Amino acid sequence: MSVRLRYFAWVRERVGKPEEVVEAPPGIQTVAELMAWLASRGEEYAHAFESPHVIRAAIDHRHVRADAAIEGAGEIAFFPPMTGG
Amino acid sequence: MKATVLLQREPFDAAAEVAKLTRDRNDIGAVVTFTGICRALEDGEPIAALTLEHYPGMAEAEIERHVVEAGERWALLGATVIHRYGRIVPGEDIVLVVTASSHRETAFAAAEFLMDYLKTRAPFWKQVEKAGNKTWINAKPTDNAAAERWMAPRKRQAAE
Repeated sequence: MSVRLRYFAWVRERVGKPEEVVEAPPGIQTVAELMAWLASRGEEYAHAFESPHVIRAAIDHRHVRADAAIEGAGEIAFFPPMTGG
Repeated sequence: MKATVLLQREPFDAAAEVAKLTRDRNDIGAVVTFTGICRALEDGEPIAALTLEHYPGMAEAEIERHVVEAGERWALLGATVIHRYGRIVPGEDIVLVVTASSHRETAFAAAEFLMDYLKTRAPFWKQVEKAGNKTWINAKPTDNAAAERWMAPRKRQAAE
């Protein structure tokens, strides 16, 4: 499945790019599985996703939990806990 | 309810935003404004600036969803949220929340609700410049606790 990924704050810095389109292998069904797969794509990804439990995710501009299904997602974003306001 | 959500680099004028909400009407009895300002000290050390990164598209959508929710929970007559992004130096404003209602309880509660949610759910990240170094600010557990008190038990469970 082809999906646009976006990265923010230190996740973006560690991955080294703000966004990309990836082809997730079949069998990757959840956000957690996608993060585990991303972590296997190279040193920078391993560093970015070394503590997946602290990383938050959004699918199509809505917060989701790590067990959320990615099927049908147009854009998936990964970022640290938010510090706005 | 008149609702306005703006994300911008430029400074804002809190008084002008209040005037926009109250102009030409006499049913509003209470306006609460909250302004978040960039402090000169972070953990006791002087800072040069904050840089706010945000997720364009989602930030607007997320704030708008919470403004709508505030309007469902309280009898608001107006709400304005302005959040700045980019580089902000100490003394400059970062965020503005204005709530208008017939009575003060509603306006206070809705403003506090909106700020607590902005802190923990709006996709913004602060980076601090201190002595030539840039570091990301960590989320504060106290901010999460502040946001959780507005959640219904069912929702609280879902967020864990």
